[in-house]
Amino acid sequence: MKVIVNGEPRELPEGASVADAVAAVTAAAAGLAAALNDEVVRRSAWEATLLNEADRLEVLTAVQGG
Amino acid sequence: MEKLVIAGEELDSRLIMGTGGAPSMQVLREALTASGTALTTVAMRRVDPSARGSVLDVLAECGIRVLPNTAGCFTAGEAVLTAKLAREALGTNWVKLEVIADEHTLLPDPIELVEAAEQLVGDGFTVLPYTSDDPVLAHRLEQIGCAAVMPLGSPIGSGLGIRNPHNIELIVERANVPVILDAGLGTASDAALAMELGCDAVLLATAVTRARHPARMASAMRHAVEGGRLARLAGRIPKRRYAQASSPFEGLATS
Repeated sequence: MKVIVNGEPRELPEGASVADAVAAVTAAAAGLAAALNDEVVRRSAWEATLLNEADRLEVLTAVQGG
Repeated sequence: MEKLVIAGEELDSRLIMGTGGAPSMQVLREALTASGTALTTVAMRRVDPSARGSVLDVLAECGIRVLPNTAGCFTAGEAVLTAKLAREALGTNWVKLEVIADEHTLLPDPIELVEAAEQLVGDGFTVLPYTSDDPVLAHRLEQIGCAAVMPLGSPIGSGLGIRNPHNIELIVERANVPVILDAGLGTASDAALAMELGCDAVLLATAVTRARHPARMASAMRHAVEGGRLARLAGRIPKRRYAQASSPFEGLATS
């Protein structure tokens, strides 16, 4: 299935979770947050939250700014 | 000297730093250390797999508390989502709320700002809003429940200093939460003036990170904030139209 991760289309296997998609875009283990279709998914729910075709996932971290 | 207290929490410095604009993590580390800051902002962005070194590691090494911002957000909705992501990623409910009107001036959009502040306060955030130097808006933000108000001195990154000191004084006179001068400062005298006007703290980034010698400017800002604070507490003399001799006239030798 195709999902949009950080604005880029990405092919993921059926049944992929938020945790799988996050691992596909970053090796970082901490300082991350994810929003699925504009709703924050708590870190503790990443494994259990499965993605669907055309979902939009944003994976953010802290960068220099302000 | 009395410590800065925001939302019941003591901070060891009245200089809050930003991290934007530093040419490298090493320069940033040196500047933050020289500044003596206890609270420093970061922005929230999509992960970049090619990024080397994390600003979070620098802050952790320096023992500095992280203050996520919502820089780059144009609407209340964007700012609220960004704040929630920051809370999740960084484990803090403090947020520097920034909702800008356009990329050219980076001035706050007051209507979206108030909307976002209401939502975030309602959701349990400690909201530190970047606002214009409008005393009415600053008062509204305090009434909503913001933990501080952060009026700009002049546009972000402009280095134009404090363009309307009178408005900053009006904000200070009426505020019951800390007033933090945020944005536009160019050099140490600007930071000292902010504190002399009665601000409780100063937040700056560009003036340090884009200075020729960032760590040296960070040290200058640290001293300026402390000097300005001391001057405010000491109470400046009134301005006079004519001279007032500091040596007595009595007892002068006559010819």
